[in-house]
Amino acid sequence: MNKTDVLIIGAGPTGLFCAHQLGIIGLSCEIVDNLDKAGGQCIELYPDKPIYDIPAVPECTGEELTNNLLKQIKPFNIKFHLNERIEELKKVENRWHVKSSGGIEFDVAAIVIAGGVGSFEPRKFPIKECGKFEGSSLFYSIKDKSIFKDKTISIFGGGDSALDWAIELSNTSKVNLIHRRDGFSGVEASVQKVKELNDRGRLSLYTKYQIDSVLGEKNIKAVKIKHDDGEIKEIKSDYVLGFFGLIMQLGPILDWGLTIDKKTVQVNTENFETNVRGIFAIGDICSYPGKLKLILSGFHEGALAARGCFKYAKPDEKLRFEFTTTSKAAQERLGIKK
Amino acid sequence: MAKIIYHTHDNKTHTVDVQKGLTVMEGAIQNDIPGIDADCGGGMACATCHVYVKEEWLDKLPTKEDGEEDMLDMAFEPKKNSRLSCQLIVSDELEGLEVNIPSKQG
Repeated sequence: MNKTDVLIIGAGPTGLFCAHQLGIIGLSCEIVDNLDKAGGQCIELYPDKPIYDIPAVPECTGEELTNNLLKQIKPFNIKFHLNERIEELKKVENRWHVKSSGGIEFDVAAIVIAGGVGSFEPRKFPIKECGKFEGSSLFYSIKDKSIFKDKTISIFGGGDSALDWAIELSNTSKVNLIHRRDGFSGVEASVQKVKELNDRGRLSLYTKYQIDSVLGEKNIKAVKIKHDDGEIKEIKSDYVLGFFGLIMQLGPILDWGLTIDKKTVQVNTENFETNVRGIFAIGDICSYPGKLKLILSGFHEGALAARGCFKYAKPDEKLRFEFTTTSKAAQERLGIKK
Repeated sequence: MAKIIYHTHDNKTHTVDVQKGLTVMEGAIQNDIPGIDADCGGGMACATCHVYVKEEWLDKLPTKEDGEEDMLDMAFEPKKNSRLSCQLIVSDELEGLEVNIPSKQG
């Protein structure tokens, strides 16, 4: 059981800055995120896109913003639990007992949900029967590439993941790459490589085709693909891979008794607490009159939520308002030596 | 204001007046029309505001910017008449635009 003052769900910019604010006022926290790295939407959706509206930062990319925030919270030595999704919450006297998808348990005084628009999940094929093959002969990510050796693999998608895996697997497998149009969103070098492999017969490229159906009993035997003009082709496949990026799902948060409206959690604007005492929500996931989905708003919300957590973590102490420019305690927590 | 006609998956038609300058996506969100999620808030980063534009409108709409077609690769069942509704800004020219909202966004 991990015992800490506050559990932050979501390692996007809002969650990271809230951790900073908790650290400054002397509270401990740990951060959980479903992705394999910190940064949330900044890293997953637009790592290279410049952001122009962070106060006092004229321009930075999602990746730079994330790295700077990680640097800013470094003094607090915060423990991250990545690739974990929070599944269950239970109130035990004045504490919350929380369990993650990987079985990690937490004992905390308060919870801050900084979950963006939910946790990122792979986008799936639109066809129902794909579900029955998922995890055995149909995948949305690759954990063990050795299973594909000497097999026939049909890869769907036109982004970097689809192209990279098509190139990589073409060394040891028979690869079909199927994409809905002639253009690709992946990097040009990979596109050229795929075309070259196709010309040399090392890979079969099918453009303007989309999935129509999958055939097979226990495992996939073949896929049917449909051309824009209606023509249907059946191609033998042992495995099917789909790379359509990620989509955000609210997931288990829906079951925690929070007031949810249009995929967002209602909070008060005094301390961003939800209708459940001890559970706060900040950033894109929270809603209140006048809510702006800006990173800077998430920072403000995180600062207030951190202070809101104080009374649960240290019920017998009084929180004094202090500035980092002058507070000895805050500077000590930041590890500043004078 | 311009009239925008949204056909939802449950075979209902929602005809709403959308303020000029807003996007077709915002028109749907503000009027509680189901089926458009717009998770990223209009940043062309998620493809959950995907709509099918009525064929006769295809040529009348502003052309796709770089990135919209890339995002549509990620959309649920993209077709030739697919657009991201966050990229369609309502103006006089769009008066009477009809869009179909797909059965799901992800």
